[in-house]
Amino acid sequence: MAAADEDQYGALGVGPLPEPDRESAFWWDGLRKHRILLQQCGACDRPRFPPMPTCPWCASASSAVVESPGRGTIYSFVTAHVPISPGYESPLPYTVATVELAEGPRLLGRVEPSSPVAVGAAVAPRFAEHPTWTELYFAPDPDPT
Amino acid sequence: MTGAAAVVGVGFTPFSRASGRSVLSLAAEAVANAVHDAGLGLDQVDAMGSFMVSDDSVPCVAVSSALGLGELRSVLDLQLGGQAPCHLVWQAAQTVARRDAEVMVVYRALNGRSGPRVGSMRFAGMGGQYRYPIGYGAYLMYVGMWAQRFLHETGQGAADLGAVAVGQRVYAQENERALRRQPLALDEYLAEPFVVDPYRRSDCTVEVDGACAVVVTSTERARDLAHPPAVVSSGCYRAGPRPGLDIGDHLLWEDYTRNYTSWLRHDLFGRAGVGPGDVDVAEIYDCFTSTVLMGLEGLGLCGRGESGAFVRSGACALDGKLPTNTGGGLLAEGYLHGMNTVAEAVLQVQGRGGSRQAPHHDVAVVTSGALMDGSALILTTDR
Repeated sequence: MAAADEDQYGALGVGPLPEPDRESAFWWDGLRKHRILLQQCGACDRPRFPPMPTCPWCASASSAVVESPGRGTIYSFVTAHVPISPGYESPLPYTVATVELAEGPRLLGRVEPSSPVAVGAAVAPRFAEHPTWTELYFAPDPDPT
Repeated sequence: MTGAAAVVGVGFTPFSRASGRSVLSLAAEAVANAVHDAGLGLDQVDAMGSFMVSDDSVPCVAVSSALGLGELRSVLDLQLGGQAPCHLVWQAAQTVARRDAEVMVVYRALNGRSGPRVGSMRFAGMGGQYRYPIGYGAYLMYVGMWAQRFLHETGQGAADLGAVAVGQRVYAQENERALRRQPLALDEYLAEPFVVDPYRRSDCTVEVDGACAVVVTSTERARDLAHPPAVVSSGCYRAGPRPGLDIGDHLLWEDYTRNYTSWLRHDLFGRAGVGPGDVDVAEIYDCFTSTVLMGLEGLGLCGRGESGAFVRSGACALDGKLPTNTGGGLLAEGYLHGMNTVAEAVLQVQGRGGSRQAPHHDVAVVTSGALMDGSALILTTDR
């Protein structure tokens, strides 16, 4: 897909497509609808990410899907100054953050270009459209609780 | 069981950016060099171990065939990265100690610069879908993510990373095999642009083509061989809880400021009957500068948050209290995935370090790995 076509979708960068699996299909479907959906363990109540068939704390195979507001803080980040990620094109520099959601699980996402980035900073979710998938990314949270 | 086996020989090919040779050729040369270095014959090898990332190497049976070895009584071919070398040597020590085999060779061989490069490889696994589409696809970004948090929580920064890089270039000047031998001053380091913040070029290992091998046999037999034994006094492997869906997935790992070294240090030292204060030489896996700082702290070789000051004080230099990464490490010698880290420790304990020989070398600690899982050894002089 040419870069110009990607620009009209507001994507941050162009790269490989996500390859959903049986566990993660609901996550990617949810993002398409601008919803951040997590599995919550039916036995110990912990929400988790990434999607997996059993609870990584108590091993229960029982879970339900819950929606997250997607707000959290930056646990850590890296900023790429060179095009180092295989198959990925983006204006430089760009930042990827590990975001710790308020309810506990951690997600990965780009940070809005030109936004300040710091460990501990409060962030809120944003969505960027690609032709066949929706990308979750993060921007400074204007109103952290 | 501890102390019953020893490392008795090391072998290398030259390290380069383009070997012009097959991986099998490199592996065979390093294995043969190691066996001859030990004062043994190829016909005496009866076990082998190796590791590879995404099929970037040749299995033990290929090397056995190429060298005309006799029957093998144990073979370990691991699909692992730099977590493997100490783990394999510890497995070799136990294989020999329980008399499953008499001479086990452990090697790593790859065209890691001219062939598939781990630094830009796509790793198989369920976690990749969350990484590659958003430009989070290079291994150095993952280690850098941990490093950023580590530096933040411990109040350390670029000058601490830089001290590691600077110090190891000094050792590399005494190592003909090293690829990065030019000296580096701290202000030069700080002037380098970021590759991926927090890393500059000199924070990163240099990918190479090459091979490295070590030979393990019983300590009893080792006493009659070419060099003093490097006794395997302890070995440990650890993967912490929830290490992730694949080697690039760390979303469930609780604390990015503590890697596997924090988890295995108690058993590592306990098995050898020594403490961190007894260590004379440290060979700490250093795919990036931050893993040296994390390893020094994780093993208790210095206090929490004090690794940068420790390095900056000169403690890791040859005349310091804990010479560290005495061949220049993966940062300056080249990225043989930590097999060369083990080999350098063996040379030090054997007293064969030449112009970079640590004055005290009775107890060496070696580590393999950067993040959630890894392994370690304590090698000692024969006592």
